Amino acid sequence: MRLLFGSCFTLLLAAAIGLGATWMTITRGIAFGSLSIGAWTAWPKSGSVDIDPYTRATIARTGELPIGVGDGVAFYARTDDSGHNFDGRCTFTVSGMTPAARYWTLTLYNLDGGLVANALDRHGFTSEEIVRDAEGRFVITVAPQARPGNWLPTGGIERYVLAWRLYDTPIGVATRTTKEGPMPAIARKACS
Amino acid sequence: MIRVLLWVLGAVLLGGIVHLATVLVLPRAASQDAYSRLVPLTKVNAVVPLPSPTAEASIMPFMDPAFTAAVCRYDLSSGVIKLNVPLSQAYTSVTFYTRNSVAYYAIDDRAAGRRAIELDLMTPEQHAQVPEEEDVTAADRLIIESPTTTGLIVLRALAPEPGLMPMARRALANAQCRLGPVQ
Repeated sequence: MRLLFGSCFTLLLAAAIGLGATWMTITRGIAFGSLSIGAWTAWPKSGSVDIDPYTRATIARTGELPIGVGDGVAFYARTDDSGHNFDGRCTFTVSGMTPAARYWTLTLYNLDGGLVANALDRHGFTSEEIVRDAEGRFVITVAPQARPGNWLPTGGIERYVLAWRLYDTPIGVATRTTKEGPMPAIARKACS
Repeated sequence: MIRVLLWVLGAVLLGGIVHLATVLVLPRAASQDAYSRLVPLTKVNAVVPLPSPTAEASIMPFMDPAFTAAVCRYDLSSGVIKLNVPLSQAYTSVTFYTRNSVAYYAIDDRAAGRRAIELDLMTPEQHAQVPEEEDVTAADRLIIESPTTTGLIVLRALAPEPGLMPMARRALANAQCRLGPVQ
């Protein structure tokens, strides 16, 4: 009797632990081999055959197709440089320099990876469209209301993700230091 | 007490096995992965343009709205794929994915050179059948080996500004993905 009860208890607990751990790792996006520069994180290996099993399971669930390593690399940010979560009701600035790449794009997504509706129908910038100063630096203002210069509308949603994609770039699996890839700084300015 | 702890320890070990097994099985069992989403929208061994992502609808999450994309869903069981992608003015890339969304090869316009990306896609078995002289004379044609019989070729062309989107679409509209003889 005790044996029966014990094995049932063990099996149920094992199922709960196993499935719970799988669910946690896959929804939270745990992946190995990440490359973090400031608030930006990339998983260059996810676009190659060296992809780890956790990332494989995650993309199978989300339905995403990762950028191939011969194509480019995608950096994602959910917070500013001091760790404040992005909030679509606040103003954030993304400024500075970018690593060497033939082209780059910056896109704002909701947490599910969808684009956010806004009056301008603007969802991001490419390296060709951006307005720069004489030294080649730029400031992108991510804010709910219209701003002069490079304005990226948030549509007022609460949480969002910024994706910085570099195409035809030496940044990738072999990149180790931030010196090789200076990513733009992100700062929170004001909250309305 | 000891007995209960042993049962719990057993549960933790077994739970670890369940966890690893589900993580490994999930990519094969997923019904909403990229390939499954693209099946109703695409044809086998033909290039089909994908609608650009909008705020209302996006086929896959995290699609880059600055790009226009087209997909060739391939099946190598009855031949090899001959791919020809004319280059757009800005940036064009081709990425190969297995049936389970693993990007096993990607090439951009600069690496391809000239005016088009030209590739032959085949399984390792089909590659072994290609006569060796053939391999040499066709040295300017790149041969890619697909780890799976089916998969996706995703063609992407950048529109550096929204006004150039029609140009990028036109470039991909002329792309060809067709079945050829093994040899």
